[in-house]
Amino acid sequence: MSDRLSVFKTYKLYVGGKFPRSESGRVYEVTDAKDNWLANAPLSSRKDARDAVVAARKAFGGWSGATAYNRGQVLYRVAEMLEGRREQFVREVAQAEGLSKSKAAAVVDAAIDRWVWYAGWTDKIAQVTGGANPVAGPFFNLSSPEPTGVVAVLAPQDSSFLGLVSVLAPVIATGNTAVVIASEKAPLPALSLAEVLATSDVPGGVVNILSGRTAEIATPLAAHQDVNAIDLAGADEELAKELEIAAADNLKRVLRPRPVDFTETPGTERLTAFLETKTVWHTTGALGAAGSSY
Amino acid sequence: MPTTAPPAHALADVTASDSTLRRFLHGLPGVDAVGLEARAASLGTRSIKTTAKAYAIDLAISMVDLTTLEGADTPGKVRALGAKAVHPDPTDRTAPTTAAVCVYPDMVAVAKEAVAGSGVKVASVATAFPAGRAALDVKLADVRDAVAAGADEIDMVIDRGAFLAGKYLKVYDEIVAVKEACGTSARLKVIFETGELSTYDNIRRASWLGMIAGADFIKTSTGKVAVNATPANTLLMLEAVRDFRAQTGIQVGVKPAGGIRTTKDAIKFLVLVNETAGQDWLDNHWFRFGASSLLNDLLMQRQKLATGRYSGPDYVTVD
Amino acid sequence: MASAPAFEYAPAPESRSVVDIAPSYGLFIDGEFTDATGGKVFKTVSPSTEEVLSEVAEASAEDVDRAVKAARKAFEKWSALPGAERAKYLFRIARIIQERSRELAVLETLDNGKPIKETRDADLPLVAAHFFYYAGWADKLGHAGFGAEPRPLGVAGQVIPWNFPLLMLAWKIAPALATGNTVVLKPAETTPLSALFFADICRQAGLPKGVVNIVTGDGRTGAALVAHPDVNKVAFTGSTAVGKAIARTVAGTRKKLTLELGGKGANIVFDDAPIDQAVEGIVNGIFFNQGQVCCAGSRLLVQESVQDELLDALKRRLSTLRLGDPLDKNTDIGAINSAEQLARITALADAGEAEGAERWSPACELPGAGYWFAPTLFTNVTQAHTIAREEIFGPVLSVLSFRTPDEAVAKANNTQYGLSAGIWSEKGSRILAVASKLRAGVVWSNTFNKFDPTSPFGGYKESGFGREGGRHGLEAYLDV
Repeated sequence: MSDRLSVFKTYKLYVGGKFPRSESGRVYEVTDAKDNWLANAPLSSRKDARDAVVAARKAFGGWSGATAYNRGQVLYRVAEMLEGRREQFVREVAQAEGLSKSKAAAVVDAAIDRWVWYAGWTDKIAQVTGGANPVAGPFFNLSSPEPTGVVAVLAPQDSSFLGLVSVLAPVIATGNTAVVIASEKAPLPALSLAEVLATSDVPGGVVNILSGRTAEIATPLAAHQDVNAIDLAGADEELAKELEIAAADNLKRVLRPRPVDFTETPGTERLTAFLETKTVWHTTGALGAAGSSY
Repeated sequence: MPTTAPPAHALADVTASDSTLRRFLHGLPGVDAVGLEARAASLGTRSIKTTAKAYAIDLAISMVDLTTLEGADTPGKVRALGAKAVHPDPTDRTAPTTAAVCVYPDMVAVAKEAVAGSGVKVASVATAFPAGRAALDVKLADVRDAVAAGADEIDMVIDRGAFLAGKYLKVYDEIVAVKEACGTSARLKVIFETGELSTYDNIRRASWLGMIAGADFIKTSTGKVAVNATPANTLLMLEAVRDFRAQTGIQVGVKPAGGIRTTKDAIKFLVLVNETAGQDWLDNHWFRFGASSLLNDLLMQRQKLATGRYSGPDYVTVD
Repeated sequence: MASAPAFEYAPAPESRSVVDIAPSYGLFIDGEFTDATGGKVFKTVSPSTEEVLSEVAEASAEDVDRAVKAARKAFEKWSALPGAERAKYLFRIARIIQERSRELAVLETLDNGKPIKETRDADLPLVAAHFFYYAGWADKLGHAGFGAEPRPLGVAGQVIPWNFPLLMLAWKIAPALATGNTVVLKPAETTPLSALFFADICRQAGLPKGVVNIVTGDGRTGAALVAHPDVNKVAFTGSTAVGKAIARTVAGTRKKLTLELGGKGANIVFDDAPIDQAVEGIVNGIFFNQGQVCCAGSRLLVQESVQDELLDALKRRLSTLRLGDPLDKNTDIGAINSAEQLARITALADAGEAEGAERWSPACELPGAGYWFAPTLFTNVTQAHTIAREEIFGPVLSVLSFRTPDEAVAKANNTQYGLSAGIWSEKGSRILAVASKLRAGVVWSNTFNKFDPTSPFGGYKESGFGREGGRHGLEAYLDV
């Protein structure tokens, strides 16, 4: 039996539900932990970032307007699809992060479970963070969370898959849409995740995934006036400061980088970081016009 | 300012049928209770002092329909009331007369005599006051009786049962009939008994219904139920007369009745008039207080302003 | 008809004698009033008369440093105090404010120019209520949904505006202290006095020294405070431009930031609105506090089918507004806070006229001295007009029309801001549908400009981030 020559995959970006090559026409070499060539990944340009923002904005109305139950089902579907491609992701994570097969399997399992965790949050977070406010007057007053909008996400550089899922899932669970910059040196699990998302009922444009030089892509995103928030998880200290300054131009909500153990069950921080609180007052008053008499 | 208008005014066609009338009344803008009450309360914080207070007190006195509507009323009591209406303050002849005395139909003749020549009007409640629970011909007879005895003004009650059942045309027809019975000599005040209409939307509808039917005045209440005139329901009725005149050219008066006992209260109502319907209604031809004990408080406050001393009940007449 | 004399309200001024303003004030640092290093001072004037009320110390960067050090020193003990004890200090403050509310209302009216009716009936009751509300949280933080034992941040640097001087102080200081932080607060340059009186209230309440520090000054003092390396938390209410500058300043630090900035609120009137109440709501929305309110309903969006009727009613109502002496209890419209603000309002209104919008004001005599601007309404305004886009922060209403709910929502959201909005309709489902589509932090339906300590307040988009008020308001001051 002769050795079969394998078929390589051409990794592409994921924008607006489609898999385009980078508008720049450029790629960069992705290696494994031992510097062996793995693939050529698209080197995204500013234009790719801009296209991704347009796609994310276009998807926002539908995704934020979907019922929380529906979003939960979609996120759960992502977990189901991932479970089916578990072996592929174990292999990719092992290569990307230089992990043993068993350690990579634990990472992938945790990532799948994280989707399940966030799938369950979609229709609960409003009850945890919102509520009725007992104002001193004849008003019904209710605060409820709403998604911020388009969120730029700098995925963690080291935890290329579990870290990615841990920062992406909470953003879309609450109804935001995302433009994700994959780990610069290990973008392949992210680019493969796009294939899962595309087959998991996640509407096109809700998640957009770009690979390339984090600083190059993040800079126009941080300054983009139609991006509402930015998660700086994948930025180093210097870049984070630069991006936070740029983000001030339209007062983006900024989640600063801080050390996170992605194997731990997360709190609600990443859910609430990209939620706005809307408070609606409505007059109530008495049933009738009896009122007080003189 | 237009005070007369052709009888077939701009809204004549809304009474073509029960359904056109209902459509019209239910098409009036809704009333938000919280906002209405907040506006009334806010106007209630106006601070009326010194010269403004003196003006308001005299105006309020001139707007009082000095009222006695008791089973125990006697000709003597009505004569005393008439004398008080003509000379409210026996110690100060500069005090203005009240607008009217308001009595039951059988006391109209007595009242008429008591105020003769003074300019004080005699108003009579009629139409089976206060419940209005009688057949139409009985109510009309009641009205004709009072008019025949010389009543200048008739205070009728609407059929709240019919109104709440949505039989607006029945209520309308009844007002039209009473108006006709008033003839040309008596002005008609239409009492809604706002406390029984239950909602502000109903009070707005009743106001327009009454005005379309020819009311000269719309009046809150009989004084015989738990909730009578309030700043909010009076404000609402002032908005109605203001808007009705804008639409038809016809000016209609407003009379809050029942529960207004102090000068402070009365001034609050005058502020409502001033800042809602406006200056044109600050006259006893267009605004009245249906009250009895209010007058004495107005007189005591008037004495205080004149003398700088607080007055007491012994310095005003008790009826 | 007999023509009666007009019902003219005689002057009804609130007495000034209830407030005793000293000729000069120092900075309140570490429990004591102290002169500014270098002894610089500035004057604060009454906007309605231009009378100089007092001279106030101008804090330098060095003074800010002293204040931050005092707050840092006080933090250790204050944050370690049992919550129940912190609560009692705040309850004391709330009560003292209630006791002194007449004095503080008159003071605020003098320094700010707003009508006594508002300081008496809105500002002061809300100030006391805010302290009372957050007092109760101090020993219940573990139940607030931020973990079992949420920790304070440390020293909070707080910069507040001139439109609600004492109320904005309450919104900043009450939650900060309840959660165990200490504060350095900078009041606005044109309205420093009520914050300095608050310092005296802290003294009466026996608040430990250094827990609250007040540094007066202009923008430079504020800049020094937010840039100070030992400040852990920055809270700012004011203009969007300054908010952005502050966001850049704190970039790359660990400082937690909340911003409450500008707005261009849409007040949407549907054809099934309760019209008379809508008129009141529009008036309250744009003329409350002379329109110098970040959440003002400065854009009226009215459905075409009721536009004429509504505008007639609105104009009639504006003709009854009483402009004049802010201390008169019957004054509805007081003075603009400063010459600078008046110039800005004037320039924007002139731009509205130059761009072709139709200007209208009721007949209205403006006093000779002081800073005044007549209530103003612009019709024929389109989305492209400057006065439909820029925050005017004055008594100027831009009227636009719409035909469908979709169009109303699109126009309402077509702004860089997202602080407030109003909806007027008697149809419940429409209100809820529109409310859910508006990108604004506070939506008032069939009411406007209502505030309550339990109700979170804050913006979307360039109106800032973070919430003040309610349980939500604790988060800004906790390490979560």
